[in-house]
Amino acid sequence: MQRLAGVVNLLGVIVVIFALTMLLPLGVSLYLADGAESAYDTAIVVTLLAGGVAWLSTRAGKRELQARDGFLLVTLAWTVLPAFATLPLLSYLPQLSFTDAYFEAMAGLTTTGATALVGLDHLPPSINLWRCLLQWLGGLGILVLVVGILPLLGVGGRQALRAETPGPMKDTKLTPRITETAKGLWLVYALFTVACVFALRWAGMSWLDAVMHAFTTMSTGGFSPYDASFGHWDSPAIEAVTIVFMMIAGINFATHFQALRKRSTSPYGLDAEVRAFIAVIVVSIFGVALFLYDKGVYADFGTALRYTAFNLVSMATSTGYSNTNFGVWPLFAPLWMLFLASFVSCSGSTGGGIKMLRAILMFKQAFRELARIVHPRGYIPVKLAGQLIENNIIFAVLAFMLVYGSAIIAITMLLAATGLDLVTAFSAVVACINNTGPGLGQVGPSASYAGLSDFQAWLLVCAMLLGRLELLTVLVLFTPAFWRK
Amino acid sequence: MKIIILGAGQVGVSVAESLVSEQNDITVVDVDAARLRALHDRLDLRTILGSASHPSVLSEAGADDADLLIAVTQSDETNLVACKLAARMFNVPRRIARIRATDFLDDVKVLGPEGFDVDLSICPEQVLTEYIVKLVEFPEALQVLDFAGGQVSLVGVRAYKGGPLVGNQLKDIRRHIPNVETRVVAIFRQDRPIVPDGNTVIEAGDEVFCLAPEKNIREVMRELRRMDRPVKRVMIAGGGNIGLRLARALEDDYSVRVLEHNKRRCEILAAKVNHALVLNGDATDEELLEQENIGEMDLFIAVTNNDENNIMSSLLAKRMGARRVVALINRRSYVDLLQSGEIDIAISPAQATIGKLLAHVRRGDVVAVHSLRRGAAEALEAVVHGDRESCRVTGRRIEEIDLPPGTTIGALVRENEVVMAHHDTRIEAEDHVIVFVTDKKTLPKVERLFQVGARFL
Repeated sequence: MQRLAGVVNLLGVIVVIFALTMLLPLGVSLYLADGAESAYDTAIVVTLLAGGVAWLSTRAGKRELQARDGFLLVTLAWTVLPAFATLPLLSYLPQLSFTDAYFEAMAGLTTTGATALVGLDHLPPSINLWRCLLQWLGGLGILVLVVGILPLLGVGGRQALRAETPGPMKDTKLTPRITETAKGLWLVYALFTVACVFALRWAGMSWLDAVMHAFTTMSTGGFSPYDASFGHWDSPAIEAVTIVFMMIAGINFATHFQALRKRSTSPYGLDAEVRAFIAVIVVSIFGVALFLYDKGVYADFGTALRYTAFNLVSMATSTGYSNTNFGVWPLFAPLWMLFLASFVSCSGSTGGGIKMLRAILMFKQAFRELARIVHPRGYIPVKLAGQLIENNIIFAVLAFMLVYGSAIIAITMLLAATGLDLVTAFSAVVACINNTGPGLGQVGPSASYAGLSDFQAWLLVCAMLLGRLELLTVLVLFTPAFWRK
Repeated sequence: MKIIILGAGQVGVSVAESLVSEQNDITVVDVDAARLRALHDRLDLRTILGSASHPSVLSEAGADDADLLIAVTQSDETNLVACKLAARMFNVPRRIARIRATDFLDDVKVLGPEGFDVDLSICPEQVLTEYIVKLVEFPEALQVLDFAGGQVSLVGVRAYKGGPLVGNQLKDIRRHIPNVETRVVAIFRQDRPIVPDGNTVIEAGDEVFCLAPEKNIREVMRELRRMDRPVKRVMIAGGGNIGLRLARALEDDYSVRVLEHNKRRCEILAAKVNHALVLNGDATDEELLEQENIGEMDLFIAVTNNDENNIMSSLLAKRMGARRVVALINRRSYVDLLQSGEIDIAISPAQATIGKLLAHVRRGDVVAVHSLRRGAAEALEAVVHGDRESCRVTGRRIEEIDLPPGTTIGALVRENEVVMAHHDTRIEAEDHVIVFVTDKKTLPKVERLFQVGARFL
């Protein structure tokens, strides 16, 4: 119990900080007088109270975070915060069910971008801003933010970050102190977001739209305040700017950090993931565009290239914007895009999926086994950029892949059992576990997740959470050994 | 000259061996009493037991009036500290250190007077690696040495029946390959040196040493033997210091396999090489050699730290079909036993590596000294100074110079231009002269020739 008290104490602090972030949509609401002010008043008060009570009541149990506590804290934070995030939605849209609201909030924080709401265009701007802000907060990670602004976690902060950071090798040695690392990452994230705002404004968006889209682009979230997503603008300039920033968001922020600190692009060249990331995306764009052109979906190659580039980058980086209903393309194209979403993003980026690093390591491991058949006595190491990858990392990656695959199959089965057709069920699970957003069939790019039953929605909520926290962080809580003294 | 040698390992011992015969007072320092006793019994020198980096030990070894300190212990750090102490506390005028880690060499400040005050750093493993790499590049050669910064090479090659020049007089080479500037400087026939002239007839089985620019080495060799197809697959037995360096030097251009019996070492090797394949197992394990297609190997190089292992594994490899085998052999007696037998090339590491060090030790302005034929002969590169009055070489035609018997001046490098030596070639100041000495005993005489004599000043 002692241990739980310590975790709840920190959770209280996090909830209080979260309540403060609601001041932004409140301010916008007051400024624009969009009629949603009252939705935030209650939400802020309730959240502050809940957080404050949790914090103050467990002050006695406050202590250094242990390695295991990190997993508990992160999982709790990522399940509790969406609940509080539903408050403004629920109070503004009384007809919205808690399930749909929680789904929406989870899709926000996990940067999935699957929406259960319809008629986004008619929502007050501040509500849409709140949705986009959720994605921005969740993009780089809530715990990273907390560790960065409050040094209260101390050494335990490292444990919390490890549990939240995506990728197989979590120890970034950017700065000696974890607080400084977190601050640095958020600074880079914020800088790119500001740059994105200006670029989108320049490309033709209004300031408010630019801010909202910068939030959801840099976090590879994919929420849009318009039902038609990027089809709303139909502007090549805006799409080009967004492609660039989605690509930036799909790269490891630690690499961005090093590049900015050294003021050179050399860290990108040294990062094996970045090279593979760019290569796979560029080759895919041209391949799929050629395919669509060949199938006669688009009359000229230029148009095919434009639509492929935007939708493919958006899907591959797990953002989930669309500027056309690619669900009607011949099945290969959207399926390939979903497949890319599952592995293209770099570790330490805001993208989802298994991460390029794991894919590279899996690939190398496979080749290593082939080489071993030919040279049974050979010592064939797996290396990345000249660095030896220890076997325990390879094993961890293999285990992760197994759990990832099993999770997809299990949730797909459960959804199929509820009566969903296979394409919808499978694509919805893949889109949610990779934090991408749009799937195919009933949950395709021009449809929404609003038609799902409560049970189906909760299953997908689980998929989103598992995907964002990379499964093991959550699953470890369900092992008896975790709870033993 | 009073010389202190720190470290009685392989390098230390071979340096001591080479220098003790040249009338030097040598003191060897080491922490291993048994090694020192063995050395003391064999050579006429003094031994001191103790840590080479301790001032008291250095003082005891006579650092106060030593002329030269050679730090060749296992540890780079000990060598560096010893050099610094020798310079600051004992004013030893010249200090040589063996440095393995290239990190120390990246910045001149580290070894400069402000740093560890090392006059010359040597890395025997690196020298040996370069030596073997040359043999991979020119698989027909017995030995390839560079002079004058690589402008001219000395290549040793065995003449075989079928080479156009074999059975012919040397002067015919001019007719065969008119565009190539080359000169045969020595021939060894049944291990006896012959000083060649234009009428000498080359016989099959002769070891021929010729000077030529590196780009022409192949054409010269083609005169003496049928050429093999170039090397593609290399197997290295032994993943020690030399094996690793070799693998790294060769892996980009050749398909390289490294055999190493220690599993822990295999892991380290695998982490450090890029393309080379590291295999765990004994170099004398027939099954493993078979499994790894030893018959397809163009070159098998045995570089473990055990002579017997190197000999046995290369014999085995040869028997199992490796095209050419090279073995590293420390013991002089073994080398003589094996050369020109089943093992194609036997390399004596001590002889191959200490040339640079010896060049530094010797008087005169000697740039490089290379041992040939496992130390039986030497090739040296000397810079000529002074004028006709002060030096016995400068300003004279080659026929005028009083060269000891068995000594040939092979070529000159004058302002980046290679000049093959003829009887009427005139030597000028600042020329780099490449001298070939077939009898090591005459070496001091040769060195004295190139000195700017005090009596002339």
